[in-house]
This record gives sequence, C-alpha cells and structure tokens, in this order.
Amino acid sequence: MLEIRNLHASVAGNEILRGINLVINKGEMHAIMGPNGSGKSTLAKVLAGHPAYEVTQGEVIYEGKNLLEMPTDERARAGIFMAFQYPIEVPGVSNAQFLRLAYNERQKHRGEEELDPLEFKDLLKERAKLVQMDASFMSRSVNEGFSGGEKKRNEILQMAVLEPRLAILDETDSGLDIDALRIVADGVNKLHTAENATIVVTHYQRLLNYIVPDFVHVLAAGRIAREGGKELALELEEKGYDWITKASTANASTNGTSIAVG
Amino acid sequence: MISEATKSQGSYQNAFQTLQANGAGPQRVPWIERLRESAMERFEQLGFPAVQEEEWKYTNVAQIVRAGFLPLTATGEVSAAVGEQQLAAFTYPEARASQLVFVDGLLRSELSSLTGLPEGIKAVDFATALASDPFSELLREYLGRIVDYGDNGFTALNTAFIGSGALVVIPKGLAVETPLQLLFLSSSTKANLAAFPRVLVIAEENSSATIIESYNSVGADSYFTNAVVEIVLKDGARLEHYRVQDESTESFHIANTRADLGRNSSYETTSINLGAKLSRHDLSVVMDHEGAECRVDGLYIIGEGQHTDTHSVIDHKQPHCTSHQLYKGILDGKSRAVFNGKVFVRHGALGTDANQTNKNLLLSNEAHVDTKPQLEIFADDVKCAHGAAIGQLDEDELFYLESRGIHSDLARNLLTYGFAEEVIVRIKVESIKTQLDEAVLNRLHARLEA
Repeated sequence: MLEIRNLHASVAGNEILRGINLVINKGEMHAIMGPNGSGKSTLAKVLAGHPAYEVTQGEVIYEGKNLLEMPTDERARAGIFMAFQYPIEVPGVSNAQFLRLAYNERQKHRGEEELDPLEFKDLLKERAKLVQMDASFMSRSVNEGFSGGEKKRNEILQMAVLEPRLAILDETDSGLDIDALRIVADGVNKLHTAENATIVVTHYQRLLNYIVPDFVHVLAAGRIAREGGKELALELEEKGYDWITKASTANASTNGTSIAVG
Repeated sequence: MISEATKSQGSYQNAFQTLQANGAGPQRVPWIERLRESAMERFEQLGFPAVQEEEWKYTNVAQIVRAGFLPLTATGEVSAAVGEQQLAAFTYPEARASQLVFVDGLLRSELSSLTGLPEGIKAVDFATALASDPFSELLREYLGRIVDYGDNGFTALNTAFIGSGALVVIPKGLAVETPLQLLFLSSSTKANLAAFPRVLVIAEENSSATIIESYNSVGADSYFTNAVVEIVLKDGARLEHYRVQDESTESFHIANTRADLGRNSSYETTSINLGAKLSRHDLSVVMDHEGAECRVDGLYIIGEGQHTDTHSVIDHKQPHCTSHQLYKGILDGKSRAVFNGKVFVRHGALGTDANQTNKNLLLSNEAHVDTKPQLEIFADDVKCAHGAAIGQLDEDELFYLESRGIHSDLARNLLTYGFAEEVIVRIKVESIKTQLDEAVLNRLHARLEA
C-alpha cells in the first residue's frame, strides 16, 4: 500500500528526516515511536503533505502512485488521513458542515453518491457513537472551544466519517486522560480492518496497551534506528530511548541502512 | 488639479443656480432654502477634501472631482425605467411591503410600498412630511442639525441639494417588527449622475424598529452617490440600522451618518461595503445622555480596483454608556481599505465601557490596508480596549482543511467565510445574512475563474 524509500525532508532548511525506509501493507497496524525531535511527527506531516516540509530526497509510492506529487487534498481523497496532534480551530464553520463537505468531496472523487445535510446527519449520528460524542458538537464550529480530549475525539470522528485507506495518528494520545484514551483507542481499533492500514505515531508505550501494533519502528535522528514487534515497545518502556539513540549514532557512523518491514 | 476642482465646483454652483430658479416642493420652503443656501456657501468655502487634510490622507477624491457628476435636476435627463423585476433583486424579502424606493435620488412612490408597516410609523419623502404637522415641525427641528456640514465639503454639497429625502418617525412606545428598507437605486442613465440621498430618522421614546438602508445600481456605469443620514434616538428608543452599499464597481460612494443617542437608548448598526470603485463612510455615534449603548459593526469585502474608507467617531460624553465596535475587512486583488476609528471618552464619562476592533484579511499580495484605531480617554473609572490586525489566511488552517480532502480553493473560501462570520452572525435580518454568505462565496468564485 505504501512504500517509503530513502526519504529525506527538511523544514526551514533543517534536515529532519535523513533516509527513512518503510513498507506498509493493508491490514497492518504500525507504531512509530521515538524521542522528541526524532522526526516522527515530521514523517506524519510529510505523508499528509504539509507545505512547510520540503522533501529533498527519496520517494513515497502509495498504491502505485508517486505520493509526493499529489497535492494535500488529493492525497486525502485518495484515502490518506492524518489525525492531528494539535487539531486546528476553524471559527465560523460548523463541524457538521465541514465533515459533510469533506465526505462529499471524497464521494465525488470515488464517483459515489453525495449526501444532503439530512442524510449526512444520520451518518454522522451513527459514527459519533464510536467516539461517544454528543450531537451538540456537530453544530459547533470545528474544534472551537473544544477541550484537548474533545479535539482528539473529533479527529477520530473525522476518521470514522472519511474511512481512510491509510490512517496516520500523530500523537493522538498526548493530553488525553485514561478514559478518553480508551475511547479513542477503541474507536481506532474498530476502524482498523483487513482492507486498511494504520500508523500510530507516539512517544509513549501507554497507547500501545490499547492499540496493539503488528510492527514497531523506532526513530532516532531522522532514521529508523530499530524495528520489531509489539514487544519492542515494552522494551522501550523499560529502558527508555537512550540505548537506541546511542546505538543509532554508532550505526549511522558505519553507514548502516534500515530494514524494510512488510 | 486645482483648476479641475474649481471647474467641478463651478458646475455644482451652476446646478445649484438652476435649482434656485426651477426648484420645486421642499426646495421652495423658505427655511430649507436658507439651509441650502448656507450649505452651498459653505461648500464654496470648503471645496472638495484634499489628501493634504489629515482626515482624507489615504482617500483621493480627484476622480470624483474630475468626472463632473451632476444631479438629475440639473441635467434635464430622466431616470431610465426601472421594472418590478429589476427592483425585486434589490428588495429584501422581509421588507417587500415596507420600502421606500429612490431612483437617482428621487422618491418613486409607484415603486414603493408601505402596506406591511403598522399604523403610526411615518415613512415619507420630505414633500409629504412638509405638508402635515407635526412632521414638518420635526423636519425643521432636526434636518441639517445632527450632521455637521461645516467641516465636510461633501456633506455641505448634499445639504445644498436637499430635495426628495426620506423622513422616518417611529412614534413613542411603538415596536415595529417589520424592517423598513430605504432603497437608493441608480438607474443607469449614462448621464454621469450625482445623487444626494438624504434621510432623517427619529425614533421617539421607547420605540423600536429596524431600518435597512441600501444602495444598488441597475447598470454598471459610473455615477456618484453622496448620502447623508441623520438619526435621533430619544430616551429608551431602540434602533437596528443596516447599511448595505453594493453600488456599481464603476461608481463613487460618499456617505455621512450620525446618530445621537438618548438616555438608555440602544443603537445597533452594521455597515456593509461591497461595491463602488471608491467608497467613503463617515460615521458618528454621539452618546450625550446616560446609559446609552451602541454596537457598531462593519464588513467590507472588496476586490480588484476598489478602495473603501471608513472614518468613525464614537463619542462617550456622559456616564455609563457602552460601545462595541467590530469592523472586519476582506481584500482581494489590487485593492485598498482604510479604517480610522476614534473613540472619545470625555471628561466625566465615568463607567464607560468601550471596545473597538478592526481586523483585516488580505487574500492577495497587492491588497493594502491602513488601519488606525484611536482611543482618547479623559475620564477615570472606565473600561476600554481597542486593537487592529491585518493578516492572511493561516497556512496551518488551510492544511488542516485540505488534509480532509477539501479542495484548496474551497478551503480558502471556507476560512474566509469563517473570518466574516463573526460579523454576519450578529445580523438579525435573514436575507442580509444570505446576501453576505453569497457575497463571500461569489467573490471567491470570481477569483477562481479569473
């Protein structure tokens, strides 16, 4: 579904990603972990197409197409979804209005039927149950005045409505209390099927108690420093990131390459 | 330039002489004649404002001077016919049976309808008002006494050409639910017309009403509107006043509005500027009685080749008055907006609550804004705040919308709408809201096609 080859990316002239290689197949759940500044959020944003990040080398193939040539909105319509670490407030545009627009754009793209406000309301009501969101959130402006937890749940609701092929959750667990974390994780698990893939970007192992990954990739200094199964996350929890970042520096000096998983 | 100004001034003088010789109706009433003569004299002294004057620093009216616009009464022309269908496009549905229609500055009774208004409210042209007491007395008491024509050449010029104006009187204690529309239409006669709309509104004690003052054009030609609106709110009166300027983008629009607020009265106004090549609105709200409150909102949406200027004065002269001002602007193409907002809190106006905000959204690199909020406080124990901002669409907000599959153009559109919504949401007449929703959408749509 997704193949990342030797991806290098910079923001404001600083190189953040320094050669990422990664293969993701449908049905898989991947966790990308790493210390602050290792490049894990940058990877998520580059995949979603944030204009502030410049890809300087490498390629990303998504379902046979060159992803990096696709504008942000086209990527989304082709099934890529990123849940934001800091969801943006959009004053003056209601949640329901926004979601219907996004939903219909995707329907149009697929040549499927668009929904009118009433039909969409029913769909929204049903999907909102997944993240236990109250109907009153639908008429409010997108994320405006939402608490941190409400914003994160709203991201998962958007995901539930848009049904992406590849979902990237960028630090979705940050700022969530344990109850909200359970609700969000439960939503993500229910949305994960054999036909789609999910990338969970997180600093902490905590989330992975609820969302169990098939693969764990640990980033350090813009490269994948270590890969393994779900047990790698537990090892990290125990030992911290230090042993990996140190090993990574040594590894980098011997010009080692990361192993593609898939 | 000077010779052009002199020439143009001269042509208005000739038009004025014609009027003196042939004028009819209100223009022949002795006290109005004296007012007009005195205003003409003042115009001759002041002339047109020049960019050397601080208040006109950013707005050059040379084009108005050069074009040599003349009032209908001086040209011998007649207005082009305006059909009902044409009219319908400019009528707010809520005011279908409550509107006075002026074409090229003259009242057109056959196009007007007041059947939807309750008994007691008076909405008539000056000629009708002068024919009956006590309205002729009210006119005499207030006309030309609220707005000062002594320091503004345009206001003096309007006053010199007073003729077919509108008098609105909302009697004591009457609550009028139906909005009254005063529609000023340009008929597109291609005769380089100047129109001088003039309105006097008197809201008597504890009355309440809604007035929509709108400016539109049937064609896309060049003409000049120079409007003056005087508003008096007696004690406890409540007035909602919408002003929608959607003139032809080849036209020039100059206007002066002043509202004097009585004790515990409430004045809520929203000024919308969409049209005209060049528009300038001077707005004063004077609170010389305790407990008055006003909300002064504005929204200007302009594009390629347009210039809009708002100069407002909110004057707190007595204790415990409240004013909230929010002006927002959306600029596209090569356009320019000016906002100059003065808030005075006079000596002794304790307990004043005043805030003022001007925010501008620039959609192009060629748009330009000059904003100057000014707060002058001469009293203690007051709560005042003011601020101004100029910005562009936020990259992160755009990315967020696009990352949900919304096309980049539509994303820009939504964010622009969101910016304007803060003003739009407070409008209580649904069809004005709808008009603005469409104005935001269409403007961006036009931008996409360009």
